[in-house]
Amino acid sequence: MTLSKRIQAALPAFVLSPSLAAIAICVYGFIAYTALLSFTGSKMFAKFDFVGLRQYERLFDNPRWITAVENMAIFGGLYVVVATCLGLYIAVLIDQKIRLEGVFRAIFLYPMALSFVVTGVIWQWLLNPGLGLEHMVRSLGWQSFTFQWLVEPDWAIYTIVIAGVWQVTGFVMALFLAGLRGVDTEILRAARVDGAPVHKVYTRIVIPALRPVFLTAFVIEAHLAIKSYDLVVALTKGGPGVSTELPSTFMYSMTFTRNELGVGAASATVMLTSLAAIIVPYLYSELRDDRRA
Amino acid sequence: MANLGISHVTKSFGSLAVLKDIKISIEDGEFLVLVGPSGCGKSTLLSIIAGLEEHTSGTITIDGRPVDGLEPKERDIAMVFQSYALYPAMTVEQNIGFSLEMSKMPKAERVERVGKVADLLQISHLLKRRPGQLSGGQRQRVAMGRALVREPKIFLFDEPLSNLDAKLRVEMRTEIKRLHQRLGATIVYVTHDQIEAMTMATRIAVMKDGVLQQFGTPENIYDRPANVFVATFMGSPPMNLLPATVVDGASGPRLSLKGTDVTLPLPSSVTARLAPGSDVLLGLRPEWLSLAMEGASANPTLTLHVDVIEPTGPDVFVALRAGEREIMARLPTGTPICPGEKRAFALDLSKAVVFDAATGVAH
Repeated sequence: MTLSKRIQAALPAFVLSPSLAAIAICVYGFIAYTALLSFTGSKMFAKFDFVGLRQYERLFDNPRWITAVENMAIFGGLYVVVATCLGLYIAVLIDQKIRLEGVFRAIFLYPMALSFVVTGVIWQWLLNPGLGLEHMVRSLGWQSFTFQWLVEPDWAIYTIVIAGVWQVTGFVMALFLAGLRGVDTEILRAARVDGAPVHKVYTRIVIPALRPVFLTAFVIEAHLAIKSYDLVVALTKGGPGVSTELPSTFMYSMTFTRNELGVGAASATVMLTSLAAIIVPYLYSELRDDRRA
Repeated sequence: MANLGISHVTKSFGSLAVLKDIKISIEDGEFLVLVGPSGCGKSTLLSIIAGLEEHTSGTITIDGRPVDGLEPKERDIAMVFQSYALYPAMTVEQNIGFSLEMSKMPKAERVERVGKVADLLQISHLLKRRPGQLSGGQRQRVAMGRALVREPKIFLFDEPLSNLDAKLRVEMRTEIKRLHQRLGATIVYVTHDQIEAMTMATRIAVMKDGVLQQFGTPENIYDRPANVFVATFMGSPPMNLLPATVVDGASGPRLSLKGTDVTLPLPSSVTARLAPGSDVLLGLRPEWLSLAMEGASANPTLTLHVDVIEPTGPDVFVALRAGEREIMARLPTGTPICPGEKRAFALDLSKAVVFDAATGVAH
């Protein structure tokens, strides 16, 4: 083999190697490192005195972590379900051959262009009793109107759901709209000949045909929900108290401000494994289905 | 099962007329094929019969009852679509039974009806599968099952065979025809394939540019085309059209073929009186030409230059040349003939058709 051919053969590997190395070290390497740290007694700095599952026990004994997990369940569940349903509903409405479709699509899609921090700040203002919605309604004359979810510990987590859903729904709508447009128009004609009313056409034929879109929407929403950190920081900073603490904010404060590196690493590992426990079987079953079909 | 009447139906999108004054009526149990090139309006007409599209004016009757403005489900029709349009998330059984489910038929009866249709189409073993797991031919059968299970008054087929490969297409063609004979159903079938039209139909409607060109039995359409378009669209290879002039002869008018010194007697089919000097086209099907035997035939002969020979198995298509003009002949395989020869061909004028050269309408 000549030199130039050798170079040609090696070139792809050579070009890819920096990014492969970066991914291997910075993503998978640090995942492994974090998992390793979670079995150590690390406090402010990493040290390798293995303590077994001690940090996990401490983690689950911590009421703040329990709050974070409960909040995650509320936030994640509502975020995924509401955004999916609302996105699908808007997509179905836009699919009715409406006028100015492009304008509506853009309006619903724009929130996705904002960063979570901006969304958080906007909704902080809107929901702030002294500045936003409550202030506005009161200044219109309804003096007894109260809307104080943002400052009530039991309700604050729902403000995060509102802001998060507001941001992601347009994107989910775009996904579903693309899926709806992919449905063969002859199928819709066939359903009409078969005598199916419009709602049955959607519930029995069109929406079941969008199964792959549901998977995509779920995967995107689930990972956004689990990694959402900036939204909480900008909107409530985890408060009032720790009432809107999420695993991600818990992990950050343990690791970087409370000098509990081991507990932080344990919480990160729990987040990763629970995410994997949801996604991996789902992906596996979907991909196997594809191959069979 | 029912008759179907289409009277004075027009359809326009704004100023664009896609169907112009269509008049067709068929009896109970007939197999009507709407045939024509792309964009002739045949699929639009089918959609109008189905009730999926509104017509601009005119009346459609099914079983003597006007159905204008009724939804498809109220017309008691079933339709098979070109892309089959099976519901992807449902099993074959659910696909076939969907219309019955929508009409709130009890489950037991539904299962029985679906089972019967599946047996008829030999797809019983596929009932639990989804459309994605079926081959093209199987999907085709499911689509037909979905129509059959409703036992409608009229079946509508929209180019159902165009997505199948050639062999399967011929098989399914026979199968649809067999089903028609067995069920005695009234069928309206759209195709652009003139062979499908000829083989399946009891009545053919040839369309072009939204205008019904001719409506009749396959024999009628083939032997007595109403105009030049029908003559060349139906039949493969198409009918030969030879320009000629009407001249006076000793025993009535004769046709003088242009570019030759041959004159032919007027075909017996022509009833109209043709003025001498008028320009016409003489229409001859390729199979009405044969190699002239020595002195035997009473048919007029024409000497032609043999250009190309195309064997097809049972027949050979021979491209002949008369001056500038190409003439196709269909001869039995084994006819002793070579390219480059000049041979005399006998013309069977008993069925020949004469068209007006200017308007293209048959005399």
